Amino acid sequence: MTRGNPFRPSSSRRTLRAPRIGDRIFFVLTLIGALGVVAVLIAVVAALFHGAQPALQQYGFSPVFGRIWNPSDYVYGFVPFILGTLVTSTIALLISVPLSLGAAIFLTQHAPLWLREPVAQVIQLLAAIPSVVYGLWGLIIITPLMAADVNPALASYLGWTGLFGGPTNYGENLLTASIVLSIMTVPTITAFSRDAMEAVPRSQKEAAISLGATHWEVTRRSIVPYARSGIVAGIVLGLGRALGETMAVTMTIGNRNAIPTSLLSPAQSIPSLIATDYFEAITPNEIPALFEMALILLLITLAVNIGARAILARLALGSGVGAE
Amino acid sequence: MSARTRHATRRKLFSHAMTVLTGLAVVIVMIPLFWIIYECVLLGGSHLTLGYFTQGTPPPCSPIECKAGGGLQLMQGTFIVVGLASLYAVPVGIAGAIFAVEYGGQRAWARAFSFAADVLSGVPSIVVGMFIYVVIFYYDPQIVFSVTSGSLALGAIMLPIVMRATEEALRTVPHSVREAALALGMSRWKISLRIVLLSALPGVLTGVLLAVSRAVGEAAPLLLLDNTNLGFTGTNNPADTMALSIYLFAASPYKNWANLAWETALVLLIFVLVLSLTSRLLLNRWSRKWKA
Repeated sequence: MTRGNPFRPSSSRRTLRAPRIGDRIFFVLTLIGALGVVAVLIAVVAALFHGAQPALQQYGFSPVFGRIWNPSDYVYGFVPFILGTLVTSTIALLISVPLSLGAAIFLTQHAPLWLREPVAQVIQLLAAIPSVVYGLWGLIIITPLMAADVNPALASYLGWTGLFGGPTNYGENLLTASIVLSIMTVPTITAFSRDAMEAVPRSQKEAAISLGATHWEVTRRSIVPYARSGIVAGIVLGLGRALGETMAVTMTIGNRNAIPTSLLSPAQSIPSLIATDYFEAITPNEIPALFEMALILLLITLAVNIGARAILARLALGSGVGAE
Repeated sequence: MSARTRHATRRKLFSHAMTVLTGLAVVIVMIPLFWIIYECVLLGGSHLTLGYFTQGTPPPCSPIECKAGGGLQLMQGTFIVVGLASLYAVPVGIAGAIFAVEYGGQRAWARAFSFAADVLSGVPSIVVGMFIYVVIFYYDPQIVFSVTSGSLALGAIMLPIVMRATEEALRTVPHSVREAALALGMSRWKISLRIVLLSALPGVLTGVLLAVSRAVGEAAPLLLLDNTNLGFTGTNNPADTMALSIYLFAASPYKNWANLAWETALVLLIFVLVLSLTSRLLLNRWSRKWKA
């Protein structure tokens, strides 16, 4: 838009008549609304700093490297929970990224035209399911399946990797939480990848075809590289969602406050620790320690989201709010 | 067969295989959706009766009696908490969007507001709960666990969704419409409300529906702020809600409570899916209208 916006409040020097009083009130009211969003964002960070203050004063950031969490002995180590958060999110993405990219490729390159929009909308319904319903499904349906079939199978066939050692009888473990999380990140990654792949100019594709490329070579060498930024932004936003997910993880991870020894052992993530420990806290610095962990989680998710949004802003792909 | 044609055949075969694999990915991705719906219908639907909509949460099963009860109390709680949250989030979100679009346009600082909203929507919901906990604690420690603080948290979650959707909707209204009204001597605030906002209303409504469906299913902040199994007795007291009671009743040893979790999950799922589909249809029809 190159011409001036007629809605910009002009100073009375530039107009013949002073702006109407109604316009001034309206300007201030809408300004308050806009500032409200920024204020909430700043207040979230400030409130968490405030809640974490006692712990920050006493321990600084040393708990970040502490391997033991034992509040009754005043030992606050965050490693088990940071590890639990990172491992579940990473495995979730390892599962969901190939599936989401595959789905996005199929829906933009191969599927018959009439099928594309409906199927994409159905996949987006995954984003509408409340996380607590994912949790219920994970806890009641998936957990027994893991304990009875999946865990023993993984231990006997893939036990040599060292990832699936230890007892196999816990249905609620790192892997279960990761699987549930992976499903929850699919709609985000699929939506953004699809948008990015659809924005690839036709000429890009036609050039590859004219050089004799097969369908897959067109996708691999011409579509995906061109859509790379949008795909990365979608993956990063999916990561942001996985890192902060509370209910579904709390219900499936097993809630064990120690460093997990294998993917089949019960563990705890930062959000799930907060959810289970908040009202069980006994020692005075336990709640501030939880706040410090929440602060770390917040700073990580803020960095992740700002990164993804910066990529998207450069692409001008829109907010994706409607797409999620 | 020459080496070259063999190579070409292999490339083609590989391409076909990848097409099949990507198609398979679509199928795999949809399995959990239908699986979750199936389990909710199977385990929730088999117990769901009209009583769910007329009776409150039952006492836990005892050897003497075991009432099925219903989710009336939970629905009431959810309705009040989400209703209050919308009351906070919708006006603020719409006002913020109007400011960003009508006064900011394409300027960098106007984009900063949208950016802030996008970043806010990425804040984990449990962190929003802790934020409200701190704020309310300093306002009045008596009402930390209440409908008020629960609805404030849900409001903070809804706010960026409403604002971004409204913003996108306002941006689709052509500039010429505003200029025409301005030329007729209409005041700016009337143009913003009566012409721009009104023509963008379906888009705004979509955002509100989206935000409501997100808030209705949100349990994490309520776990910290509105955690109870009692019904609504005023905004300064906690009240139980659908999403949180699914969590609280999920692994309950009492059969009637475990059943209630699944019934509630089914009702919530239907509600959320209908809301999501309606908003999508609304948006599709509306955007087609503008394109025409």
